Amino acid sequence: MMGEVILEAKEICKYFGGLKAVEKVDMQVEKGDIFGIIGPNGAGKTTFFNICSGIYQPTSGDILFNGESIINQRPEHIAKKGMARTFQNIKLFKNMSVLENIKIGFHNRTKTTMFDAIIRNKKYRVDEEVIVREGIAILEKVGLSEYRDTLAGNMAYGLQRRVEIARALALDPQIILLDEPAAGMNPMETHALMTFIQNINKEGYTIVVIEHDMKFIMSMANKVLVLNFGQKIAEGTPEQVKQDEEVIVAYFGKGLDLGGGH
Amino acid sequence: MRTDEMRNDIPKTSFWRRQMSGVRDFGKGIFDKIKAIYEKRKLQINLIIILLLLVFPYLARSNYIMGIACRMLMYSVLAGSLNVINGYSGQFNIGHAGFFLIGAYTEAIFATQFGISFWPLLAVSGAFAAIVGFLISLPTLRLRGIYLAIVTLGFSEILRVIALNWSSVTGGAMGIKSIPSPTFFGMTISNSSNYYYIFLFIAILFLAVTGRVLKSRVGRAWISIREDEAAARSLGVETRFYKSINFMYGAFWAGVAGAAFAPYYRFIASDMFTLDEGFNILSMVIIGGQGTLVGPLVGSIIVNLITEVFRFAARYRMVVYATLIIVMMWWRPQGLVGAYDSVFAIKKSQRKPVRMASAKEAGEE
Repeated sequence: MMGEVILEAKEICKYFGGLKAVEKVDMQVEKGDIFGIIGPNGAGKTTFFNICSGIYQPTSGDILFNGESIINQRPEHIAKKGMARTFQNIKLFKNMSVLENIKIGFHNRTKTTMFDAIIRNKKYRVDEEVIVREGIAILEKVGLSEYRDTLAGNMAYGLQRRVEIARALALDPQIILLDEPAAGMNPMETHALMTFIQNINKEGYTIVVIEHDMKFIMSMANKVLVLNFGQKIAEGTPEQVKQDEEVIVAYFGKGLDLGGGH
Repeated sequence: MRTDEMRNDIPKTSFWRRQMSGVRDFGKGIFDKIKAIYEKRKLQINLIIILLLLVFPYLARSNYIMGIACRMLMYSVLAGSLNVINGYSGQFNIGHAGFFLIGAYTEAIFATQFGISFWPLLAVSGAFAAIVGFLISLPTLRLRGIYLAIVTLGFSEILRVIALNWSSVTGGAMGIKSIPSPTFFGMTISNSSNYYYIFLFIAILFLAVTGRVLKSRVGRAWISIREDEAAARSLGVETRFYKSINFMYGAFWAGVAGAAFAPYYRFIASDMFTLDEGFNILSMVIIGGQGTLVGPLVGSIIVNLITEVFRFAARYRMVVYATLIIVMMWWRPQGLVGAYDSVFAIKKSQRKPVRMASAKEAGEE
């Protein structure tokens, strides 16, 4: 599956003072991929994500989205171009209902101005109707229909993750970045999430996912990037990565050399 | 370490906390029921309320009472517009008196110097205040919480000092006298019973328009900024633009209220727009309930009633306000009509109270 490259990182570096959080990381995500990024705690995965989505500016390097550099652009503009993301520590609009959360996702796809809203003209009515109809369709797709009027903050943890993904889908993005979507989930929920991510991938969304859990990534991703201490130590298919010396060292440590010495 | 933390928690969940939870949840049932009934027969109830308000001057038959009613209506617009800023987009403005001042002075200057009639000046004053609101929003886009609050506070004082010293335009310490009363089809509107209708018109217009804006894409963008700015941006909400618009919207209505206020008192001076005035408006929002449409209205009614009741002890009025605000922040931070589970309420499950939307940003990542 040699698709065209949709998201590309070129020698991305991010330093916080003396700390090299991300050092010369390259990445090429192709259309239709489920691209996994793994690495131990503090490997710089989330920092790298934040650079891709415009929350941080890299110290050096370039990010190309559909061939266009998105460095120095604000997150809201990158979102508009078709990149959606979720957060490691779920960032829902807790005091809004689930449907209202989804509605915010439609922000860019509607054009109602304050004036339209005040006089309630056709534009406003059409926009609102589309938002509600498509919002409900998304909720059905992710299996959250029954929660549509529940306050997002009152939902179970696993469901909140799903609301966050649904909200990202409302953007109708080309690519979705998921930051540790399985964190804090039990095995059952994790499994359901895996199927869910594979399903939305089949619908044509390219997905980049950060995960701790090797099993989760290895069984789902078709390409994996491994980070350790801010540096890329391996990239390739799950099979290749599994056999990589450095990855094994990073995850399991060096084996005891029983041959001699200490 | 662990035991220390646990020990710290004990007093928080003790007697007072349990006492408070009762007060906090007061209204959980009542307000929900009222809301449900209202939603069912929205049109009829609104019509009845408006009808009652329209005949009110004939029932009251007293200029004194109508004067209080005028003030309540005017402050409900002021508090309501502040609430759009503080309660909906989660910014923290305590210098609302500044926008009020701009509106009042614009009307007074244009009416006395150029003889322009009252009605177009309502919109002009609002627009002037909105422009000032835009200017103040520019440097504050990067600020939030208490830092933003201090900027707005300083800005309000700056405007007052300008009004006090720019004698050639604002009349300086003497203020502006004999501002012409508005006319309506040849009829001069001067006493409170007549002027009541102007304030009523503005208040109803404000509520209707604001209700519509809040239920639209724009209002949702504001609320999303209050709830989580980073998430809002990740969904493509241009937070800078919407924060600016939010400030302008709040300022616009404060300006309109100011424009209605100037010819009502017929005299304005800079000392009517001190910080006390700003806090007065803020107290109405907090007492009534931030982030609700009717909250500031209720707050305005309550605070103005207190003002009247304690008129004999004018000096201690501020003490009463202060006590009331402290009690409200403690017992019902969401305000009288605020939902028990609103963003401003202390949740039972939370150990640390979230007092203000802006306060929660502090502990991010």
